[in-house]
Amino acid sequence: MSTDLRPLLSVKDISKRYGSHIGCAGVSFDLYPGEVMGIVGESGSGKSTLLNCLVGHLTPDTGEVVFDTRVDGPKDTTTMSESERRMLGRTDWAFVHQHARDGLRMGVSAGGNVGERLMAVGERHYGDIRDKATDWLERVEIDAARVDDRPTTFSGGMQQRLQIARNLVTGPRLVFMDEPTGGLDVSVQARLLDLLRGLVRDMGLSAIIVTHDLAVVRLLADRLMVMKSGRVVEAGLTDQVLDDPQHAYSQLLVSSVLQV
Amino acid sequence: MTDQAYNFAYLDEQTKRMIRRAILKGLAIPGYQVPFASREMPMPYGWGTGGVQVSAAVLTPEDTFKVIDQGADDTTNAVSIRSFFERTAGVRTTTATCEASVIQTRHRIPEEPLTENQILVYQVPIPEPLRFLEPRESETRKMHSLEEYGLMHVKLYEDIARHGHIATSYAYPVKVEGRYVMDPSPIPKFDNPKLGDMHAVQLFGAGREQRIYALPPYTQVVSLDFEDHPFEASKADHSCGLCGATDSYLDEVITDDQGGRMFVCSDTDYCEGRRAAGFVGDMSADNPAAAMMAAQPTLEIQT
Amino acid sequence: MIELKDVSKTFTLHNQGSAVIEVINDVSFHVAPGECVALTGASGAGKSTLMRMIYGNYLTQSGSIRIGDVDIVKAEPRTVIAMRREVLGYVSQFLRVVPRVPTLDVVADPLRALGVSAEEARARAQELLTRLNIPERLWTLSPTTFSGGEQQRVNIARGFVHAYPAMLLDEPTASLDATNREVVLSLIEEAKAGGAAIIGIFHDEAARERVCDREIDVSVFTPGLSSCSGSIGYQKETAA
Repeated sequence: MSTDLRPLLSVKDISKRYGSHIGCAGVSFDLYPGEVMGIVGESGSGKSTLLNCLVGHLTPDTGEVVFDTRVDGPKDTTTMSESERRMLGRTDWAFVHQHARDGLRMGVSAGGNVGERLMAVGERHYGDIRDKATDWLERVEIDAARVDDRPTTFSGGMQQRLQIARNLVTGPRLVFMDEPTGGLDVSVQARLLDLLRGLVRDMGLSAIIVTHDLAVVRLLADRLMVMKSGRVVEAGLTDQVLDDPQHAYSQLLVSSVLQV
Repeated sequence: MTDQAYNFAYLDEQTKRMIRRAILKGLAIPGYQVPFASREMPMPYGWGTGGVQVSAAVLTPEDTFKVIDQGADDTTNAVSIRSFFERTAGVRTTTATCEASVIQTRHRIPEEPLTENQILVYQVPIPEPLRFLEPRESETRKMHSLEEYGLMHVKLYEDIARHGHIATSYAYPVKVEGRYVMDPSPIPKFDNPKLGDMHAVQLFGAGREQRIYALPPYTQVVSLDFEDHPFEASKADHSCGLCGATDSYLDEVITDDQGGRMFVCSDTDYCEGRRAAGFVGDMSADNPAAAMMAAQPTLEIQT
Repeated sequence: MIELKDVSKTFTLHNQGSAVIEVINDVSFHVAPGECVALTGASGAGKSTLMRMIYGNYLTQSGSIRIGDVDIVKAEPRTVIAMRREVLGYVSQFLRVVPRVPTLDVVADPLRALGVSAEEARARAQELLTRLNIPERLWTLSPTTFSGGEQQRVNIARGFVHAYPAMLLDEPTASLDATNREVVLSLIEEAKAGGAAIIGIFHDEAARERVCDREIDVSVFTPGLSSCSGSIGYQKETAA
């Protein structure tokens, strides 16, 4: 069977405290190329703190976040220079915010939003940049005719899809998503999930999805980590954790979901 | 003539020393915005307080001072700053570009090439070229330090997307010595090519924003563009109505309420020099054809 | 191909006084390539539970479940995922899909996951949908709107679109008419002939007689607790 030998991301013993309060503690996992991992837990369970530590928005108190870089191989991103980490942030990494407004430039056209990452990595041909932006708008099911419209004129679902296009245009290998379907209509969510699933597969993306929506992880994630009070209480195959949860908290979480 | 109550050139020596240190740092790192403790000046922000402080710091009693406002020596801003230094520094002033050793300018670079013996001081309203798209100062400083300039091209991209071409016509961003992206102050982009390899020292002062930056002589300055939309130093497609110059930056002047207009050199000293040398534009009073048209105000003016 | 050794499973209900319920005790058997084995036993005997354990959907407390040379009980998630993609197929009774996705793509999906081109995957999906008598006009619609029987057939098409060397079939002929039942049985026979090792649950005795080589009575391994039905999991009937 085809399983890669080297993890794309190797997280070792990440801890972050806020004074005496534990943000997250002793989190370790490996993420292999093409894997999608969900992190679930209630508000305050530390999943957002963990995500912020992983992407470098927060500096963890302990631990390593080792990413398999294209050029230099595995490297601890918590100790690399800020310029290197930011470079990763606009090439191999992508971050999809819960609120599209946080991840988009609202005063810039859809094409400019998608093109920014291309220009940031040195593309200087207007025609090419625009073509790629248009292509990506179509891939996320936004009418190419709207390439010059500002995201302020888009619906919530379109804004979120635009944010995804903006993030994926440089062909990242790892995507971090923070509640990507939060705040969207259920019908819009389904469309977005389908889109994300297709993109993850077609581009061979690895992804880490933080959410409290178990339906989202069931459809998108291969693996699941359940967090409570800053610690990972259970981890495993998504369907196994959801259908046969072992830890008391996971059982509570799963059984608390309203069935439709 | 000097107002004896003031120190030479108004500012106290400590302040001038502080500003000179900022200038030297700016010269050492071309295009980098050096913070400085901008002082209250006896004029409102927006009237050139940054440029005035820089001029005050570099002026010596032997200097000859010239002030340009949009190319002209005779507008309010130019006249008042010139008289300010006449009173507080007692320096000689001039309107002739070639006679001046320090030239303070707002929104223009003189047409006449400058020399190694001259200093050009720009008044800068907004020193941060990235502010248009990224309002957070903490973030733009980081972008400068990490050389993350993709955003600058987003601005140009938006221009082309909206207008079909790069419509930014002044304050056109440049890259200095392949490193810092710099706002050249609101000079027309026609002047951008003069920024590079200039023989004179160029100093930029932003009073309200408390920033000084500089270009030492012979610095490489490149205007940003796209491969398929290259930079163009555009100007109105006319010749000067007064002196006939075809190579200078022109202002459009409305002459009546019948749609009449004329184009004249924005650099008044350059225009006067040419007229003194005998050049005549097609709308000059010295031009018989134009004089005839001026006598018949109802006639449509042809350009 | 599929080999179970001393397999046991308990459920611990932490939120109900930490009750520990034994559901499967000491199961051992194996299924060879080309062989089809039926799990039998009364309703609630643990047939579905056992099948889910083999699929890795339920955690196994002790013993080993080997599919080829991989032990599902100890395998890492990514190994299980790769195995489900390439080796181990599962036709459950229920169709779980992303809403909005056209039927054709739902069926082609397992092949796309294996890296088969879109055209080839669709062609194979069309072939199966035609065989299972799903009218072509429905192919572009999401199966979520289909009738129970149609959903079941879409599910079967999806399960047979790739020739898995090992397959788990949970009531594949339930709620099918005679024609479609016949199609499914021949699909199973073809899979057997192709060397697949198959474990199935069939309430349809005639179907069981026809395709199964052996029967294993699961109630033998169930520690006398008929109340421990397959629905003890936390989300009822939600196999992936």
